[in-house]
Amino acid sequence: MTDYQPTIGLEVHCELSTATKLFCGCPNEFGAEPNTNVCPVCLGLPGSLPVLNATTVEFALRLAEALSFNVPERSIFARKNYFYPDMPKDYQVSQYEDPILADGVLDVAGTTIRIERAHLEEDTGKSQHIGGGGRIHGADHSLIDYNRAGVPLMEIVSRPDITSAEQARGYATELRSVLLAIGVSDVKMEEGSMRVDANVSVRPVGATGELGTKVEVKNMNSIRSLGRAIDHEIERQIAALEAGERIVQETRHWDEADGTTHGMRSKEGSSDYRYFPEPDLLPVAPTEEQRARVRGSLPELPAARRARLVAEWGLAEHDARVLVDVPGLAVLAEAAVVALSAGTPKGGTPKDVANWCTGEVLAYLNESGLSAEVLPLAPDGLAELVGLVADGTLSRGLAKDVLDEALREPKRPKQIVEERGLAQVSDEGELAAVVDAVIAANAETVESYRSGDDKARKKKRGFLMGEAMKATKGQGNPQLLNRLLDERLSG
Amino acid sequence: MSAPATDLAAAVRSGTQRARDVVEERLADIEARDPELHAFLLVLGDDARVAADAVDAAVAAGDDPGPLSGIPVVLKDNLCVRGTPTTCGSRILDGWRPPYTATVVERVKRAGGIVLGKTNLDEFAMGSSTENSAFGPTRNPHDVSRVPGGSSGGSAAAVAAGFGLLGLGSDTGGSIRQPAALCGVVGVKPTYGMVSRYGLVAFASSLDQIGPFATTVEDAARLLDVIAGPDPFDSTCIPDVPPALEPTLRDGVAGLRIGIIEELTDVDGVQQEVRAAVEAAAAALEAAGATVERVSVPSTVYGLSAYYLIAPAEASSNLARYDGVRYGLRVEAEDVATMNAATRAAGFGPEVKRRIMLGTYALSAGYYDAYYGQAQRIRTLIIRDLARVYESCDALLSPTSPTVAFEVGARTADPLTMYLSDVCTIPSNLAGHAAMSVPWGTGAENLPVGVQVLAPALGEPVMFRVAQALEEAAP
Amino acid sequence: MAEPITREEVEHVARLARLALTPEEVERLTGELGVILDHAGDVSALDLGDVEPTAHPLPLVNVLRADEVRPTLDRDEVLAAAPDAEDGRFRVPRILDAP
Repeated sequence: MTDYQPTIGLEVHCELSTATKLFCGCPNEFGAEPNTNVCPVCLGLPGSLPVLNATTVEFALRLAEALSFNVPERSIFARKNYFYPDMPKDYQVSQYEDPILADGVLDVAGTTIRIERAHLEEDTGKSQHIGGGGRIHGADHSLIDYNRAGVPLMEIVSRPDITSAEQARGYATELRSVLLAIGVSDVKMEEGSMRVDANVSVRPVGATGELGTKVEVKNMNSIRSLGRAIDHEIERQIAALEAGERIVQETRHWDEADGTTHGMRSKEGSSDYRYFPEPDLLPVAPTEEQRARVRGSLPELPAARRARLVAEWGLAEHDARVLVDVPGLAVLAEAAVVALSAGTPKGGTPKDVANWCTGEVLAYLNESGLSAEVLPLAPDGLAELVGLVADGTLSRGLAKDVLDEALREPKRPKQIVEERGLAQVSDEGELAAVVDAVIAANAETVESYRSGDDKARKKKRGFLMGEAMKATKGQGNPQLLNRLLDERLSG
Repeated sequence: MSAPATDLAAAVRSGTQRARDVVEERLADIEARDPELHAFLLVLGDDARVAADAVDAAVAAGDDPGPLSGIPVVLKDNLCVRGTPTTCGSRILDGWRPPYTATVVERVKRAGGIVLGKTNLDEFAMGSSTENSAFGPTRNPHDVSRVPGGSSGGSAAAVAAGFGLLGLGSDTGGSIRQPAALCGVVGVKPTYGMVSRYGLVAFASSLDQIGPFATTVEDAARLLDVIAGPDPFDSTCIPDVPPALEPTLRDGVAGLRIGIIEELTDVDGVQQEVRAAVEAAAAALEAAGATVERVSVPSTVYGLSAYYLIAPAEASSNLARYDGVRYGLRVEAEDVATMNAATRAAGFGPEVKRRIMLGTYALSAGYYDAYYGQAQRIRTLIIRDLARVYESCDALLSPTSPTVAFEVGARTADPLTMYLSDVCTIPSNLAGHAAMSVPWGTGAENLPVGVQVLAPALGEPVMFRVAQALEEAAP
Repeated sequence: MAEPITREEVEHVARLARLALTPEEVERLTGELGVILDHAGDVSALDLGDVEPTAHPLPLVNVLRADEVRPTLDRDEVLAAAPDAEDGRFRVPRILDAP
């Protein structure tokens, strides 16, 4: 049995978050009424002409800085000619031999993945297939909306340096973080503003020279999906080779529902796009002034931010990664940390803040589908919560409840604590009375504790502690209760 | 010398002539004589009356409607006018009303020009006789058994017949200049980028230019001054506002150096009277103080072949959008690809199909470099050869069309003979230079002859000076 | 002399160009295109290896516009031109192949 190694290249298309489309002034927005964000240019009406959006060039230069791309002196737009109803001109304006960016790199968990090129191109309209369960095959007719036609895309093509599905996921995640950090796209895979296609091939371990036949896999709508699809495709190819079959160079469609890739009905021969330089557009020649300006205005990139949080806050690498990867979460955390020392009560550490963020806050974001930017919880509110725990007002358990409400309602944690009377009880006298009452009410358990082995003692003590907490409605200061209970039990 | 359009605008602006009266006269004339000529695809009588009334009202109110006040203007039917049928001479756009107006048309209207209607053309501007129109040919006003030239034959004929005093056409390989020569009017192809193409239905994007038709050089200058200049909707426009042409028009040609292009004047198929016209024109310029010499631009002999690779290639891409999905003709079918193919088969005429096929082939895998790529290199050679010649010349002369107007049907059997009509005009499109045709009397059978003046890019001021001198000396 | 273009090539090109040609048209075009390409052969035969192709007669670069919203078209006007529309969208018969 041969052992195989996979070779993977990823093509990422991301929609740039400009105000207008690539070649016209129509709004670049998701979810508008069909065919309301259109004009002669993006509809490709006879006589219309494209004019390039300056911000898309700036965004490309930001990407160049972030991923150390080479910016060739001039780049050219080209027409990619093919017929499809969602293409208003039946050609797509893209870049072919002279892309705006070349030879970049992305560090993925310590491995450098090379990026061959990045170029600008216009997006197509959207078709909805009616009558076949929503899929193309078996549909009766299709309806086309051109709102998306002409939206600016950056196509980023890696070299086939990726060697596993996991690394592919890592690449996609890190690239997504970078694109988000430099503010060029909102990279929401679920909305289609980031799309990832994979080129997958396998060959025997240790083989050098030619790569195996590559298969393009499309239609993964999440990073998790990407990993599953690549894993499946690798297995499929290996199985085929082991069975003595040849791998056919084709495009396969990932089906999330059945967890497999399906070959699409391919036409005879590969497409002939008849690329030629776009005569209606002039070359783009970014100047050194432009590049310097972009360089100066770039925010902190994810890798640098993670490293800083690890160093300054003492976070584990994994936690720093989560914090930085989830849109808006690091911003919330950092602002809360700033508020920590300024507000009242004071106290609590950045690590505390980070823990709340990567724990309960993130869980809520995942459950609700909201993004961190729209939470009612303000950074100084989070700082307040951390302070309340640090100064003993709130037990950690109750703090969770308070946070729960603060994530949903625009109320300050202090306010919630007051309203619900949740302040932690730390009066020794009061707590001593509670402990005494619990012991009195559970004499048998106390006997079992005193006479049992270690395991039994642990269990019994836990039960008694639970009763004490219950009696204080969860507001008993746990450290105090523990000490008081130990005193009673040992005495 | 009178310049009818310029004079009319002056009269209207001064209140001595009502625009509405002019329009009524023109419309009546069109009704009487256009059925025979078929210069128009669509006459916009009501719109013209409304526009004329507005001009007259403005004048009465003491305002100035602009340099084209009350001048009746005709538009080639590949220029978009909002809400008005724009067919490009093709069945595939029959009935289509653009939701927007071409920049040049906006400028004409804002300058007080009165649009009389849309004129006939070879389908999608592909042709040299207007016989490729899906709606029937236009006839030459000088001899109705003959073609007016093409592709802007309708505008040329309309101006020659006096229906409009000014016209707009488009020129990709000679489509303004050649019909101008055949109809005995002035026709100008400006420097590439001088005039916005926004709203001109594209044929070959790197070659197309919109330009004026007029009966005199001064009138052509007036219209060009109005339509020229940068447009934020066209990336390929020259960004600077060009100098006005009228002020230097009559500066004369003393001291100018004129070159007669050998390869175009001595080319096979140039009729004797056409060659004689060029020689006589050169002599007139010499008499007016210019120096004249014969010059060689060797790469022009490859111009025709290069053009018939580049233009169809770009056209094949520009015309892909006519697929029955969003506008125009649709021939129904069970699936969209079949619908596309059937629609295009039914909607395009034979010349358009021929050029789409040729262009698709020239761009296709394996052939790009040998055909399209090579043609683009020929372009570079032509630009270099012309640059060299312009070191010792200010302007050049050549025939516009190798022949006078030919009979309807005379060249339709063999596409290649039709293509030869463009041999003198093509080099200026390939180079992106300025060129214009000036009438120089008539030849055998009383048919008009045109002489072509060529200038380098942005050379319009010199070109118009030479043209004005020629007009003053012409028989 | 070899045929500059064959029937099969003409049929292939017609497919690329989404043009449904009748057999007569294929026949005729094979001949016509052959003649034209034959003449164009004088261009392809030239040795122009070191000559740069000209894509644009103008030496312009960096023609850009500001990222500002401009008026869009009225949907009714746009759809009025459509051969077939449904639900505010352009309707087409079934699509058999993804691009």
